[in-house]
Amino acid sequence: MTESMRRYVVLVAYEPGQWESASEALRQEYFAAHHAFEEYVDAHGRRISSAPLAGADTATTIRHVDGVASVTDGPFVESVEQVGGYYDVELPDLDSAIAAGRLLPSSYAVEIRPAVTVEGYERG
Amino acid sequence: MTGPAGTVLETVVREEWGRLTSLLLARYRRLDLVEDALGDAVEAAARRWTADGTPDNPSAWLLTTARRRVIDRVRAESMAHRKAPLLVTDAERSQERQAAMADPGGLVEDDRLRLVLMCTHPALAPEAASALALRLVLGVSTHDIARLFLVSEPTAAARITRAKKKIVAAGIPFAVPAAEVLPERLDTVAQTAYLAFTAGYAPGSGPDLLRADLAGEAIRLARVVVDLCPDEPAPVALLALMLLQHSRRDARVDADGRLVLLADQDRRRWRRDEIDEALGLLAGPVLTGPVSPLAASYVVQARIAAEHATAASAKDTRWDRIVDLYDLLLQLVPSPSARLARAVAVAEASGPGPGLAALDGIEAVGSHRVAAVRAELLARSGDTVAARTAYAEAIAACHNDTERAHLVERQQALPDAGGDRSTG
Repeated sequence: MTESMRRYVVLVAYEPGQWESASEALRQEYFAAHHAFEEYVDAHGRRISSAPLAGADTATTIRHVDGVASVTDGPFVESVEQVGGYYDVELPDLDSAIAAGRLLPSSYAVEIRPAVTVEGYERG
Repeated sequence: MTGPAGTVLETVVREEWGRLTSLLLARYRRLDLVEDALGDAVEAAARRWTADGTPDNPSAWLLTTARRRVIDRVRAESMAHRKAPLLVTDAERSQERQAAMADPGGLVEDDRLRLVLMCTHPALAPEAASALALRLVLGVSTHDIARLFLVSEPTAAARITRAKKKIVAAGIPFAVPAAEVLPERLDTVAQTAYLAFTAGYAPGSGPDLLRADLAGEAIRLARVVVDLCPDEPAPVALLALMLLQHSRRDARVDADGRLVLLADQDRRRWRRDEIDEALGLLAGPVLTGPVSPLAASYVVQARIAAEHATAASAKDTRWDRIVDLYDLLLQLVPSPSARLARAVAVAEASGPGPGLAALDGIEAVGSHRVAAVRAELLARSGDTVAARTAYAEAIAACHNDTERAHLVERQQALPDAGGDRSTG
């Protein structure tokens, strides 16, 4: 991979239940959109990893309150859309990440975040 | 710095800032260093040119000086083994760059377009993008940008810094996008320029009624884009629209700094050359084909402004045509401000009654303008009591000193309503 590649995590959010209620034909459309995204990334960069996530109602959150790590049920915030999966990819720049993200199903909200290396983190 | 050297420097900064910034960015890919280096070079020029005289090629002098500053900084950093993030550009372009430095031609213009597109990327907040474009493409000072957007200088500076950081961190490229995305990106450029322009013309608060000189900078930004992409409808239509609005600047404020309404303006003070240029742009072939909804909305707004600009006097204005144009505009952009302007046109075309009816249901939260128009139309229809109440509502909601003074004056000019009060 050339030096000029950048790493982006592409988070996809959608309304809970959308997938469960989708018809077979709609599911095929979703698959095709994801395949188009993956083909774009393969052509312009590299896929590092990706996963669809189980529903937000299965999430567990750890939060430190008054020095105690409390474990609670549920996601960070309540909102209509929930993070439903992610792609971890390498692409040349934000425009190519946007071009790839546009190929995903139009009902998604897609958030593109650059991944960073935290200096001093690697163990010697 | 004064004298001929000062004038030359001012002109070269005004005309060459964007070209020099884009050249340096293309070469060194360091957004954080380039602007500082260019600023340093301008400072050095202010000292040296006064003492030694203006160089034969002032812009090349600035470029060379700024380039040395960048190189010095990069060297200092590499000595300190610091890693600094680079701007995204094609690696293989560095070869091309050498050629461009030796022969500033088409490639340089392409770099200016890259710079404009980078500053106005849709991933940046619109106000930050406007500020950054004014700063990097035109060299407008942070002080003036703050004045334009009615924020403090540190706020303006922070906005620009944050935008620059996001460009580097998110990987916004210094590049011209693919042909199929370019028109929509140029729409964003136009919106960004128009945001800066309207900031200059619709001040929300404070003593300044107009910041016309700064609105002029937004026109300059649109000109840069039209020069670079003369066949793109949105920038051409926007330039026409802004020129028409800008052409009235000298007539909009009287000697005491008070607002002069369109109907009362001395039309001899409108800038004919700018009106003619705008009419020429509107008649040009670029706007005859299919255009984006945004470009279409600029065209319609420009045609409305052109109806005013070409009317011999206020009473010769073709309000019927203006109402038709607003109906068209509302199909494209159904905004409260367009509905309000349509209601004003209806009142002029058909009288205050139909005008008041057209005002019904317009919701412009936090704006005094609906109440101000209602007050004016009520006054015209002879309903003094209701007009007084509506003026009071408008005055309470108005945060611009000059406009508020105008409203107070209108309210006080209402015929004495003492008789009405005694019966009510």
